Amino acid sequence: MEDSTSPKQEKENQEKLGEARRSWEGKTAASPQYSEPESSEPLEAKQGPETGRQSRSSRPWSPQSRARTPLGGPAGPETSSPAPLSRREPSSTPSPPAPARQDLAAPPQSHRTTSVIPEAGTPYPDPLEQSSDKRESVPLHTSQSERNTFQQSQQPKPHPCGPRDVSYNNAKQKELRFDVFQEADSNSDCDLQLPAPGGSEGAPSMLETAIQNAKAYLLKTSSKSGFNLYDHLSNMLTKILNERPENAVDIFENISQDVKMAHFSKKFDALHNENEMLPTYEIAEKQKALFLQGHLEGVDQELEDEIAENALPNVMESAFYFEQAGVGLGTDETYRIFLALKQLTDTHPIQRCRFWGKILGLEMNYIVAEVEFREGEDEEEVEEEDVAEERDNGESEADEDEEDELPKSFYKAPQAIPKEESRTGANKYVYFVCNEPGRPWVKLPPVIPAQIVIARKIKKFFTGRLDAPVISYPPFPGNESNYLRAQIARISAGTHISPLGFYQFGEEEGEEEEVEGGQNSFEENPDFEGIQVTDLVESLSNWVHHVQHILSQGRCNWFNSIQKNEEEEEEGEEEDEEKEEPDYIEQEVGPPLLTPISEDLEIQNIPPWTTRLSSNLIPQYAIAVLQSNLWPGAYAFSNGKKFENFYIGWGHKYSPDNYTPPVPPPVYQEYPSGPEITEMDDPSVEEEQAFRAAQEAVLLAAENEESEEDEDEEDDYD
Amino acid sequence: MDADSLLLSLELASGSGQGLSPDRRASLLTSLMLVKRDYRYDRVLFWGRILGLVADYYIAQGLSEDQLAPRKTLYSLNCTEWSLLPPATEEMVAQSSVVKGRFMGDPSYEYEHTELQKVNEGDKVFEEEIVIDKAVAIIPRGALFKTPFGPTHVNRTFEGLSLSEAKKLSSYFHFREPVELKNKTLLEKADLDPSLDFMDSLEHDIPKGSWSIQMERGNALVVLRSLLWPGLTFYHAPRTKHYGYIYVGTGEKNMDLPFML
Repeated sequence: MEDSTSPKQEKENQEKLGEARRSWEGKTAASPQYSEPESSEPLEAKQGPETGRQSRSSRPWSPQSRARTPLGGPAGPETSSPAPLSRREPSSTPSPPAPARQDLAAPPQSHRTTSVIPEAGTPYPDPLEQSSDKRESVPLHTSQSERNTFQQSQQPKPHPCGPRDVSYNNAKQKELRFDVFQEADSNSDCDLQLPAPGGSEGAPSMLETAIQNAKAYLLKTSSKSGFNLYDHLSNMLTKILNERPENAVDIFENISQDVKMAHFSKKFDALHNENEMLPTYEIAEKQKALFLQGHLEGVDQELEDEIAENALPNVMESAFYFEQAGVGLGTDETYRIFLALKQLTDTHPIQRCRFWGKILGLEMNYIVAEVEFREGEDEEEVEEEDVAEERDNGESEADEDEEDELPKSFYKAPQAIPKEESRTGANKYVYFVCNEPGRPWVKLPPVIPAQIVIARKIKKFFTGRLDAPVISYPPFPGNESNYLRAQIARISAGTHISPLGFYQFGEEEGEEEEVEGGQNSFEENPDFEGIQVTDLVESLSNWVHHVQHILSQGRCNWFNSIQKNEEEEEEGEEEDEEKEEPDYIEQEVGPPLLTPISEDLEIQNIPPWTTRLSSNLIPQYAIAVLQSNLWPGAYAFSNGKKFENFYIGWGHKYSPDNYTPPVPPPVYQEYPSGPEITEMDDPSVEEEQAFRAAQEAVLLAAENEESEEDEDEEDDYD
Repeated sequence: MDADSLLLSLELASGSGQGLSPDRRASLLTSLMLVKRDYRYDRVLFWGRILGLVADYYIAQGLSEDQLAPRKTLYSLNCTEWSLLPPATEEMVAQSSVVKGRFMGDPSYEYEHTELQKVNEGDKVFEEEIVIDKAVAIIPRGALFKTPFGPTHVNRTFEGLSLSEAKKLSSYFHFREPVELKNKTLLEKADLDPSLDFMDSLEHDIPKGSWSIQMERGNALVVLRSLLWPGLTFYHAPRTKHYGYIYVGTGEKNMDLPFML
């Protein structure tokens, strides 16, 4: 646009130059002259669309139209001091503002003339370069600057639109200028100018006045935010025209908000986002480390070793099957868990490892891996539990040291049932947990029977922090890691199943008598041929538990606590012979290993397991899926040959009735009742008096006996 | 979750473990399209899956232009054929709340209860779904806005909650007509923006702590799980438009919640 206009402008400029000089010398006189020649010339010089405007503008406008044309600024301005010129360069307003400034008092004509000149004489053919001189102090400047502003604000939009907009700009400028001039003070002069050129301008001038008023109002800057409505509207319209959203009118307010907010974007965000996004980046880094671990050792031999060892299960394959059943964590997440498991197997001496499942918590979740260590490589267990047991025995002895012999309670804490050895029973596997793949794995402590017993009585959500206390009644002996371990043990015992025949008992049968709970060991059956999927779905007897049932004692193998009791008797308890414990506790028996799940108890008419085919549409490739109704979230699948168990859920058992916490036991009669410790009421006043009277009577009697002769003295006593 | 973004939504909600098998997913995508066309709904949401003993119910909801209007509920047993559930009446609601236990999976199954008459399972499914929906369907703040003329619209310029907002329970609302809003004090109401804050927030749910709010994948995904109705998962990726909820569960309320917290 500029280019097109520039040649013309140059012509004009030169003309204006001459005029400018003239006007500079003779102000008032010059102006009308100006108006004439200027109006004519620009008229010719300007492009079509502008012509119309030009004519309209005629005299009073001509200077302004000139101003429009500032698109090209000739050197006319030289007349004015170079300084203002240079200053004006960015704004592409001609230097004449300086002289204009000086001519504050000069009639508007000179304004106009000078302004014309400046405009005409703008050395810069580029109106767009006008910077915002809006806030310049000098009023004249202000007028100019406002003009410029107009140009500027107009420029971006009309710019792409072609010369048409230039005229539009110019018209606006004219209007503004007109308005400004009105505000300045030369109202009368302006008016003079107005009618002077010709009466034809009467009507449009009213309209234009109004338009200019409106525009000036729009340009008023807000005292709060420093914006003005004009700019804001033009920005919004620009945005809308660029983006062209649907139904823009409906989201107009939102667009307005967005435009306003866009002013504030940059600096703020850089800091803000940093803090919030840090955890994301952290976890991403950790997970990246997971992906990189494979590259650490590039030795081929190690690769072969890895493949040979086969400790890691094929998690992705199981995940695929579970997905058929609609259960799973999503492929990406599962893959990360897979890598985390690999990391686990690399860092610990693990014989076999399995992805057990995920337990949801309030703040964080747990990903659980079931692990079997290699022979002889178990980590040392903490011996705290043994210490606790001994303490019970020691307590009663301590009482005897008191001087005031306190009554001895014959309460004896029930014998703590020792936990099962590792690799047997409930502690057959070791469990590792982590909150998210990428975080370090933490080993869970082995479970003790007391924990299982109490875990059966409470129902608490997991928080996600392993060291969180478990506050419950009955009080749980341990913190969340113990509770978690106990629940895992219960879930495994209740829901780990396999197709019948997959596992078989070991060959050694000589130990049956000694092992009280039944067979402990099983091994894979190499001759397993698989069961038809349809059979697996139809009948529950095709599935068996391969984890030992946990007795109500809390162990899988029965522990007879009576024998130990007898030993302790001899150690130093001198209590009564009466014992409230029976001499013989019946041995608890649970269903033996590898019992079919058809033997599982129903829960109030609900079958314990729900069987499904994974897909009804393509039954030939479907797999059998079992869902536990007792432990919601426990799933097992089998495709005939392969099987897998999985748990995802909150970690609680299902019960159709509401949970009721157990009632505290009745108060225990722990001390022998006798006069020393039996509480008695304090004697009342009458009793005391009676007692005293009785005592005195006794005394009297005694004295009477002693001195029968001293009857006088007796009288005195009374 | 929106039927349009079903795949992404399922992926984001997969943290709870229960999802859909591929064949169900595929059939859902196609059948929900058809449902939308046939019933002329503005939006179709896949509400979730109620696990029954024999079969599962898949539930979808259809929304009209006004987001807060009562939603039509459809159910299906195979994700292909959908049937409209009849609207509930008060007595039915009362009746089905008495019948406890798992769903069978057969819509014609009749429950027997000593005091009341038999309750049809189809009705019961519907009641439960309504109850659960009223209790725990949630929406992030700003996703819907209310026009002065009444209807509530989806906010097309909703760009997602910011991270700090996403961690607060107060930025999530129940997706239903407000119940507690009127009980707020004037002071509280003064801070609310009537076009955005016209639903109950989750903050004041009783019992307190019945929502578990977690960030997964670092801060890239916020997941809310209801502890009162276990199985409801709501997910939202902060700073994006993706949000949704799905219910996969047995359809029973967790009455033991106070003991468990």
